[in-house]
Amino acid sequence: MAATLSYDNVEVGSVLPAQSFPLTRATLVAYAGASGDHNVIHWNERVARSVGLPDVVAHGMLTMAEAGRVVTDWVGDPGAVLSYGVRFSRPVVVPDDDRGATVDVAGVVEDKQGDGRVVVALTCTVGGSKVLMAAKVVVRLA
Amino acid sequence: MPLNREILGRKYPAPATYEVGREQLRSFAMAIGDSNRAYVDPAAARALGHRDIIAPPTFLTVLAFRFAGSGPLADPELGLDYSLVVHGEQHFELHRAVVAGDILTAIDVVEQIRDVGRNELMTVVTEVTAGGEPVATIRSTLVSRGSAAPKQV
Repeated sequence: MAATLSYDNVEVGSVLPAQSFPLTRATLVAYAGASGDHNVIHWNERVARSVGLPDVVAHGMLTMAEAGRVVTDWVGDPGAVLSYGVRFSRPVVVPDDDRGATVDVAGVVEDKQGDGRVVVALTCTVGGSKVLMAAKVVVRLA
Repeated sequence: MPLNREILGRKYPAPATYEVGREQLRSFAMAIGDSNRAYVDPAAARALGHRDIIAPPTFLTVLAFRFAGSGPLADPELGLDYSLVVHGEQHFELHRAVVAGDILTAIDVVEQIRDVGRNELMTVVTEVTAGGEPVATIRSTLVSRGSAAPKQV
């Protein structure tokens, strides 16, 4: 699909292949190390609860990174991303079990702005509740 | 305690440059579970027209943590209680892809602090350059829960 993707054959309303991303405690620990975000609420249940969270929560930036993959996998070249913005609307709670949480991401082409610029709107949910709002990626297609 | 709005517009240059290494891009890609070859294989990245392997679109978030000690959130004059903070919004404008070998310079500016109900929203803009050329403009909005000044009734 990526090989045939071009500005001319994308239409407003085109649907991107949806994906689901599992997040477990192990994912959060790996992300903490790679990103440098060692905030305790992302790995320590005791501290997370002490600040009013139901349990350990995922890094918002990890959820954002996963959601963006729906676009970069579709485009093929991640260097095509011109901008990417989100609003974090609710925390992603990651229980200490083998399943963790699953982030479901869907994308649709919302606008074509000329000069190869395509706006993709993402919908990102966990258990049916939106965890990101106003999530949009602008990519440049050939 | 409300945030100190006198720091609006204040600039916080990172005290050092940030060198983007291949292994670091690979470990970040692995941590987000992304197997795109452009993040790991120089030949695959070159086939897409890049000089070397590139960074995932959200990679530059690492700058905020690398230079946290010298950024606005660490400024004692701001008066931020970090335990009240949650991440509100994030926006990356990528003027070009970040490539392994880049030597990045970052500077933070506090763009806005405003009340939303009992919370305060603070937006920091980070301009990222390499050799004076623009690489990215990052907008990060934090929510400081419950710190807004009480309203007159």
